Amino acid sequence: MATFTLPKNSTITEGRRHPAPAGAKNVKAFKIYRWDPDSGDNPRTDTYEIDLDQCGPMVLDALIKIKNEVDSSLTFRRSCREGICGSCSMNIDGLNTLACLKPIEDVKGDVKISPLPHMPVVKDLVPDLSQIYAQLRSVEPWLKSDTPPPPDGERLQSKEERSKLDGLWECILCFCCTTACPSYWWNGDRYLGPAVLLQAYRWIADSRDEATGERLDALEDPFKLYRCHTIMNCARTCPKGLNPAQAIGEIKQMLAARQG
Amino acid sequence: MSHTTSGQPPRQATLRSPLGRVRGMGSAKSGAHHWWMQRVTSIALLPLTIWFILSLATSAGMSHAEAMLWIGQPLNAVLLLALIGLTFHHIAAGLQVIIEDYAHQEGLKIGLVLATKGLSWLLAIAAALAVLRIAV
Repeated sequence: MATFTLPKNSTITEGRRHPAPAGAKNVKAFKIYRWDPDSGDNPRTDTYEIDLDQCGPMVLDALIKIKNEVDSSLTFRRSCREGICGSCSMNIDGLNTLACLKPIEDVKGDVKISPLPHMPVVKDLVPDLSQIYAQLRSVEPWLKSDTPPPPDGERLQSKEERSKLDGLWECILCFCCTTACPSYWWNGDRYLGPAVLLQAYRWIADSRDEATGERLDALEDPFKLYRCHTIMNCARTCPKGLNPAQAIGEIKQMLAARQG
Repeated sequence: MSHTTSGQPPRQATLRSPLGRVRGMGSAKSGAHHWWMQRVTSIALLPLTIWFILSLATSAGMSHAEAMLWIGQPLNAVLLLALIGLTFHHIAAGLQVIIEDYAHQEGLKIGLVLATKGLSWLLAIAAALAVLRIAV
């Protein structure tokens, strides 16, 4: 059955407190989930007081400042710092989002940060996403076409055909949506989750792709697809403003439409 | 991996590749009909349920004989049978989804789904028989 309490070794304890430097006037506390696989200790919440007058505007700026100046052991993923690589996805102030796109001033009170929910934790804010990556691979997210491309150029699309990919191609695979989905929490071993289903639909909706039927065949499954109950956490949490639930709805409609 | 941030126990250690695990036994190639019937029954139940509630409201104070007469009218009997069939189909389909969501032991899941379907069938047949005995 689904479990609603934390096992003993996952309960979170109060951690260390790193006070702001003397003389700081604009102080904000960051309460960050910490877990070290080598220590054998339970996870803990460390509190870092940061002088915002000496810090960039985004949550990622604060994390980098902490790692550079306060506690170099703090572990998190980041790369582009402009919302295009999808590395710094984490739960900030109760909502999955990208640390680089989340302004500190949007958070009232202390800034609580934990890894993406429900994934195994590698260390601190780094979740193990290998299952989701495998699920993405399983929907074969690349163009499949038996017709060879024209010898003198690329495969063409009309403007209308191309516009069907809007709202799909922008996904950066940060997996904020998948890890926010209760259906994925309870059945992630079989349910593909919103991010992967949006990617699947990105190729189903592509006029150049010739494997639409095969793709629909592979998705028509009570668990892979139909665990989506339109809870809409995915659309609410997406830092890029996309709507995976709508893409899933389109897949369901196509599966119904091809019945007759 | 020692734990997750939520209550779920971490995934079992296995030497099978993540892709192999995710592909698993492949697609069941079903589910579209179940999903479609959930929508069809819920939309069909909207007018039927409104009709049923209005009928109950206007039949308040009817005597037993008058109620029997009302159920016996062909239109009422047909709509009642439709209401019974669709309601129990909808209940069984919805409960199946909830059970599949939360029951993760294979035996428990199959047992619960079969039990709810069996119970829905029996209740639907009993309710239909009650209408038919009056109407026929």
